[in-house]
Amino acid sequence: MQVITCDVVVVGGGGSGLRAAIAIAESDPKLTVALVSKVVPMRSHTVAAEGGAAGVIRGDDSLDNHFNDTVSGGDWLCDQDAVQYFVEHCVEELVQLEHWGCPWSRKDDGNINVRFFGGMTVQRTWFAADKSGFHILHTLFQTSIKYPGIQRYDEYFVADLILEDGRVRGVLAIEVATGEIVLFEAKAVILGTGGAGRVYRQNTNAGIVTGDGMGLAYRHGAKLRDMEFVQYHPTCLPGSGILMTEGCRGEGGILTNKDGYRYLQDYALGPLDPWPRPKAMELGPRDRLSQAFWHEDQKGNTFQTPLGSAVNLDLRHLGEKKILERLPLITEAARVFAGVDPVTDPIPVRPAVHYTMGGIYANMTETEVPGLFAAGECSSVGIHGANRLGSNSLVEIIVFGKVAGERAAAYARTVKDGSSAGVRQQAEESASRLLALLKNDKGERVAKLRDEMGDAMEAGVGIYRQASGMKTAIDKIAELRARYRAGIALDDHSRSFNTEWLTTIELGFMLEVAEAMAHSAYNRKESRGAHVRLDEYKTRDDEHFLQHSLATYTGEGPPAISYQPVTITKSQPRTRSYGGAGKQAVMT
Amino acid sequence: MTAETNTRTIEIDVLRYDPDSGAPPRYQTYTVPFQHDTSVLVGLQYIKDHLDGTLTFRWSCRMAICGSCGTMINGIPQLSCHTFLRDYWPKKLRIDPLEHFPIIKDLAIDQTDFLNKLDSVKPYLIPKQEKPLSEGAYLQTPKQMEQYYNYSQCINCLLCYAACPQYGLTPTFTGPAALALLHRYNADSRDVGWTARSDVLNSEDGVWRCTLVGYCSEVCPKNVDPAHAINQNKVNSTLDYFGVLKLLSTVGLGK
Repeated sequence: MQVITCDVVVVGGGGSGLRAAIAIAESDPKLTVALVSKVVPMRSHTVAAEGGAAGVIRGDDSLDNHFNDTVSGGDWLCDQDAVQYFVEHCVEELVQLEHWGCPWSRKDDGNINVRFFGGMTVQRTWFAADKSGFHILHTLFQTSIKYPGIQRYDEYFVADLILEDGRVRGVLAIEVATGEIVLFEAKAVILGTGGAGRVYRQNTNAGIVTGDGMGLAYRHGAKLRDMEFVQYHPTCLPGSGILMTEGCRGEGGILTNKDGYRYLQDYALGPLDPWPRPKAMELGPRDRLSQAFWHEDQKGNTFQTPLGSAVNLDLRHLGEKKILERLPLITEAARVFAGVDPVTDPIPVRPAVHYTMGGIYANMTETEVPGLFAAGECSSVGIHGANRLGSNSLVEIIVFGKVAGERAAAYARTVKDGSSAGVRQQAEESASRLLALLKNDKGERVAKLRDEMGDAMEAGVGIYRQASGMKTAIDKIAELRARYRAGIALDDHSRSFNTEWLTTIELGFMLEVAEAMAHSAYNRKESRGAHVRLDEYKTRDDEHFLQHSLATYTGEGPPAISYQPVTITKSQPRTRSYGGAGKQAVMT
Repeated sequence: MTAETNTRTIEIDVLRYDPDSGAPPRYQTYTVPFQHDTSVLVGLQYIKDHLDGTLTFRWSCRMAICGSCGTMINGIPQLSCHTFLRDYWPKKLRIDPLEHFPIIKDLAIDQTDFLNKLDSVKPYLIPKQEKPLSEGAYLQTPKQMEQYYNYSQCINCLLCYAACPQYGLTPTFTGPAALALLHRYNADSRDVGWTARSDVLNSEDGVWRCTLVGYCSEVCPKNVDPAHAINQNKVNSTLDYFGVLKLLSTVGLGK
């Protein structure tokens, strides 16, 4: 087995992984960094983020505003110390990206422009047209090339973590092109592996978003926190789930039902006028908008497309010039993938799974496993609570990516080399298990289990939930895990570029992450943020559930669910409300 | 809507190559059901999921922004997620790996050469002097941004390399996407890296290798127009040779 030794392994080449790698290189050029990613970094799913990234720069805005919007947006399940750190460091990191070349959209005078986003009090979202994630990712990737300390391992699939003496000692990876198994021995490991949206059938996520890092950490004793909070983005193309950015509404787009009626006014997001208004109607938060869609669908107020029911996202009144300048990506996507030109026709949209608010429990990116750090969507540092506000995640990856890099670098400098014997033996054992999966030709097809998992999660752990439906999903996932253990039959037993093998390993992670989601949801007997129940637990219950859920891996059985207090510093929980009279907004 | 829900079938010939077997490349035909909105990528996924798990191809975002899924479709370099089976039916369609790159397996090509070229153009901002973060962002007017914005849209999908006859003949050519990216930074008002990048630009494998076929720009799914970037830099390279560019840049021109 090939062994590569380095100081820090960064798993994942998206925004958080790249930012972490750069932070390590800048904090100590002598440290060696292995940036290990299952795709070439610029393919990472950060690339598909559209709308923008929040940072307070307007005179009529304040850090307190951003803090309060984030905490109330998260239905008070945010750790307020983490939120405070976050809002204080957003602008610095966004400026850093600008200094590295990121083409943020500008005002005529050359200053950064900002747009409205859902649940935000004033315009706070920095944007690069509607390709913000694309530009952030390419800027970080291209900048990372400057640093000789960062050694990239593109298309190396990380399949296992190696722990020894109670701390992380490295990762085991498959070099995709050859199928060779490689051990990276390191003092610290940073997971920047993204979310797990692919455990659901209809989602906005790229095919690679399979919860690998969450699964890796979970199996090795780190807890998954707040996994029941899965965000449905309200405006996605039916069928494919392709995202129509919240920026559409930030620029003034409206949502109408089959009768042309702006239905959000019926769901505590109105009144309609004065419009546009911050934190009202189409500028409400994602959980509330997706829930409103569900009700309209129940009432028969949606219309049918061949790929499911939908409502209209109408941009026509913005005019062609603004649509093409501010929203070029979704305009093209709507034209190509939905056959609709947003300049002349409304876009049919419906909610689809978009984001995992929960993740690997991490205190300022430090997980409970010494030497293991996590940043970005795979982590739960506590800033999103029960519902993430749009444009907070693109800043999260850079703010906490940097923190993870600096902390991992500091840790790597202090920790002593350990004996390699146990590490190598574990790596050999893990490699044998991976090769056993590769050789298996008895059992079911990987796609069959994957699809059944996606359907079970949509049906039982969707926008609205109830005990019976969640129980069905729980039983189904347990059954799928048993069938997975019984064997996935591969057609392809070759070593080189065997994506069927990799997909099978990913499915193993996804099933365990899905199980953590379903059990965390079942046990949260209240409604909060993106977790809303139709049974007897329709309201928020701060007395019992102003707590983070924690899922602990128990092997073949279901996760053990426990709870942990939420850190509250200055914002006591109160009723979370949107809409209301408000003042009219001036669009920028 | 009936036309859109109707399922038809189409035959797809896919180039197969397994490096482990040592057998020469061959075509394999699959019959794939499709609907109005089925992309070529979704067709390939159908094969992988239901017919033949050995078929190998790259994909990720399925919305034409990650740049993973470039292939030759009936001989034309295209993103498979962005191309639809309906446009080929009732005829067969043929899918090959991107031209001009070594094949690893089936449709997955070796991108290493391109990634090295990307490194070679120093694709990062080289400012006149480092500005502290506390001083905030650089000013850049929309007009200044326009100078490079188009060239910052490249998704590195490599369709332009598959289209470029010069890259096929002379693989040392830096090529369309990397040169367009070089220009993206040179044309940025915040950047002064012209000199650092000029060796690559002026060399025989730089802009002068291009014979202005223009097919790169034709196949680009993001309208980056690398041909324009390259040929604009033939002018810059000439001005540089005669020392004129340096004169222009001292008075803020030449961007």
